[in-house]
Formats: sequence, structure tokens, C-alpha cells
Amino acid sequence: MEYMLFICSDPAAPKYVAAEDNIGQWSAEMEARGISRHGDRLRPVEDATTVMVRSGQVVVSDGPFAETKEWIAGYDIIACANLDEAIEVASKHPMAKFGKIEIRPVWPFGQ
Amino acid sequence: MAVRTVALAAAGEADAEECQAVASEWADVRSALEAVCAGETARINATLIRVTGDWGLAEDCLQDAFARALADWPVHGVPRNPGAWLTTVARNRAIDRLRSMASEKRAVGELAVLTELEGLAGQAGDAPAGADDRLRLIYTCCHPALALEARVALTLRTVAGLTTAEIARAFLVPEATMSKRLVRARAKIRDAGIPYRVPPPELISERTDGILAVLYLMFNEGYSASSGNSLIREPLVLEAIRLTRLLVELLAGSPHEPEALGLLALMLFHHARRIARQDAAGDLVPLEEQDRQSWDQAAIAEAATLLVAAEKVAVSRGTNPGSYRLQAAIAECHMTAASSGSTNFTRVALLYGSLAEIAPSPVVELNRAVAVAMSAGPLAGLALIDQLDQARSLQGYYLLPAARADLLRRLGRRSEASRDYRRALELAPSEVERRYLRRRLKETNPKPPCAFAIHKEPGSGTGPEEER
Repeated sequence: MEYMLFICSDPAAPKYVAAEDNIGQWSAEMEARGISRHGDRLRPVEDATTVMVRSGQVVVSDGPFAETKEWIAGYDIIACANLDEAIEVASKHPMAKFGKIEIRPVWPFGQ
Repeated sequence: MAVRTVALAAAGEADAEECQAVASEWADVRSALEAVCAGETARINATLIRVTGDWGLAEDCLQDAFARALADWPVHGVPRNPGAWLTTVARNRAIDRLRSMASEKRAVGELAVLTELEGLAGQAGDAPAGADDRLRLIYTCCHPALALEARVALTLRTVAGLTTAEIARAFLVPEATMSKRLVRARAKIRDAGIPYRVPPPELISERTDGILAVLYLMFNEGYSASSGNSLIREPLVLEAIRLTRLLVELLAGSPHEPEALGLLALMLFHHARRIARQDAAGDLVPLEEQDRQSWDQAAIAEAATLLVAAEKVAVSRGTNPGSYRLQAAIAECHMTAASSGSTNFTRVALLYGSLAEIAPSPVVELNRAVAVAMSAGPLAGLALIDQLDQARSLQGYYLLPAARADLLRRLGRRSEASRDYRRALELAPSEVERRYLRRRLKETNPKPPCAFAIHKEPGSGTGPEEER
């Protein structure tokens, strides 16, 4: 199964310590196990743009600026045997310690 | 013959004798079905889910099988092996459903499942799901990715075989709400890829703790129900005990057996005083005032034996007691004492100390303080409670001022006691507890009838009945 990991910030999490950030090691392990498909960081919401079409008009705006202190800081698409493996993979990600990770199953069309 | 009887009864032409025969036949069918529900649902579900991998389909097919039984058994009689009968009917139903799905979608996966299902046909329930199959079912129902309330409901439905209506009633929610909760839980198992398995060694410890927590929660939901609905919620208590028995059986020989035994003992100790803990008016009777004659001695003896067995297994494996074993040992001190006054509170305080080490919590500390008060005197207990009060970790928890008030009352410091009883009254969560506190508060009023002694012995004629 494919899962998308949303790497989220969490104001309640312990402070980020660069020395404990082992993302390189994580990526290497997941790649070696054939689990990681694709992943990256995301620019902060200040750089986000929202697009919608209303009455045939394309409406573009800055943001969104939701009233939340949690935001998605990155993502990874992984391929796992089941949710338990996805949980294990997510729990080893450094941001599980400094933030939190939401696991969402990918829902392929036709299913 | 039976068909004729049913038809006649329906037409209103049957004589009284025939009506009675029909009624008793129905009672037979119902009780046979209920017995199968309680004993076999886990096995049948375990088999259906293992083969089809589809929780929703398994649920539907089992429902159909029970409906068929209700129609078929009064006519043809209860089959010799009802569990096997239901498994066969449910399996055939699953084959039909999968066949039509497969022809609709030409799905290859379904065809593979069909082959396995049809392979089961010859053995039709004669090869019942083994211990592993049922364990797989329990571990999956209690997966931490499901909401806690969904885990409890799913375990009751899928493993214990309670109907959705029964579970809804026990949780005091509409049936539609409970049904939605169950459907959502099954959908998540499928869509999120929750594996149907006994977890691998690196996960088994925390997942087994998770199961024990679900079962204890189930028990407490029923046990701590207030007087108005304690009867309605009793099935939760009984099912929790039954499921824990099953788990003990399934975990025999595993490193988790002692804690499962400890949990079962703990439940039995609590359950042994079900009659004594509420008086005729539904008021809460505190442990020290309970009529010990009405405690269920058989349950107490069984629980004590279980604890000894847990100890033996644990010693042979060199494992330290976990939180359920410690709590059960504490309950044992209370339940095996001849009177409240002769309880070994020194041991109780020590056990709470050990419990605080492995599962630190202010509630445990509060209980330790109370035990210290009972063994070393109210002043020693009061000092510990005041530390907790100052730490403010139990702010808003009614038992802290209630316990403090009890100690002050024992010390004869009435006005302070009554102030703390009032504080507790404001925080108490239910009417049963408020009634108890109000009664205590009245006793601390300026003109006491001297009816309460500081060291009151239960059974000495000042039972809760006379106190009001």
C-alpha cells in the first residue's frame, strides 16, 4: 500500500535540535528498504498561493492563513506492507520527535 | 410437525398446549443462538475475515447466518453443532456475494478468495479457528490506530458477539450512532491497511498492553456506571470478564500471561462486591462500610488463585509485577480481610508505592496517602495529601478534597472537614457520589449525633442503612 506522510510542525513538541536531525540516515534506510518513493520539504505558508475558479473566473490569493500554529512542513510518499510498517517508518523520521506526522493512505482511482 | 405448530399458532387456532410448545421451542432457539453468539462469534468471524480479508463482508454474512438460523431452527430444530452450521451458512453467503462482485468487476482478487472459501466447504466449521485466529481478531480490533471507543465497540461486536443494539444500549447512545461507529472502524481497517495479524515480537508487548487496557476500560465503563443505569451497563462488566478469560486462555505460555491473569483477578475482585457497593437506594457504600457477608466468596477465591498462578508464571520468567497484578494484589488485601480495620494497610501502602514506580500518577499517590493514613495514622496521610494538593496535579479531582475531608473528620477537625467536603461536592461527577458526600457533610455539622465512630467496624450494627 502507498501512504503519504504529512510532516507537520507542532508547537507542543520539544525544541528542534539540529544535531539530532538524522533525516539523511532515515532517507538512506528507507531507500535501501525500497520504501521511500518521493519526499521533500515544503516552503512555509507565507509562500503559499490559493487558486479557485468561481463563476468562470480564476481567483488567486495569498495564503491560506488559517488560525493554526501547525502546518505541513514536508511530505513523503512511501510504499509499505501495511499500516504497522508505515507507523514504524514514520516513527523513525526525525520530525516525529520535533513535530508530528500524519499518515494518510493513498486512495488510487478505480478503488 | 413443527411447521404445522408454528402455522397453527400464527393462525390463532392452536390450543394452549401447542402454543406453549411453540413458545418453549422459540426459547430453545433463542438460547441456542445466544450461546452460539457468546461462544462462537469470535471463531466464525476469525475464519471469515482471515479468508475474505473483508470485515464488512464478514459482518454482513454472519448477520445473514443468524437471521437464517432464526427462521430455520424453529422449523428444523437446533442443529447438533450450531457453530458449524452458522459457519457454513455464513461462508456460503460470502461465496455468493464474492461471486456476484467478481462477475461485476471481473476482479481477480475475489476469485482467489473464492477458491479458498470453497476449499473450506468440505470442512465446514469442523476445523474451527484456532487460538491464533482469534488472537489475530482481538489484536486487530484493539489496534491503536482505531479510536479507543471504536476498539471497545468492535471487540464487543466482533469478538464477544454482542449485537449493535446491545452495545449501543450499554454505551447509552442511539443504535444508529453505534452502527456508524462500527462501520467506520471496519472501513478504516480496510482502507488504512491495518494488518489482520498477531503483531510481530517487536510490537507485541505494547499491543498486548493495549488489549488489556481496552478490556479494563470496557469493565470500568460498566462497573462505574451510576445507579440509574448500572443494570443496563452490566453486560459490559460480564463481557469484559469473559473476554479476559478468553485472552488468558489464548496467551497461555506467553510472557504476557501474568498481566492478563492479574487483570482477570482484578476484575473478579471488583466484581465480587457488586452487591455490597450500592445500598437499596442506589447510594454508594464505601468499602469500609460494605457488608462483607454479601461479597462473592467464590469470585474472591478464584481471583486469589489466579494471582498465585500469575506469580508462579512470572517468577519462572523473572518478570516483575505489572500494574494489573499490583492493583489486583491491592484489591486482594481489601477483599480477604475479615474487617476493614484488620486490612493490612501497610502492605497496601507498599503496593501503591510499587505501582507509583512503574505507573506514576497523582491518583496512585492519593491512594497511597490514604493507605498510609490507615496504617500510620491520619496525620501521616494528611501530610502526603497536602503535598499533592500543593503540587496541584489533581486540581479539579473530587477525590482529593474528599479524602482530605475524611482524614480531617477522623482527626475530629470538623470545620476543616466540612469545608473540604463542600469542595469535593462541587467537583463530584455524579449524583451517587454527591449523595455520599452530602451524607458525610451532614455528619460534620455542629451537632453530631455521635453515631459515627472514628474506627467504625462494619457489621457492628452501624451499616449504611441505619446511618441515614
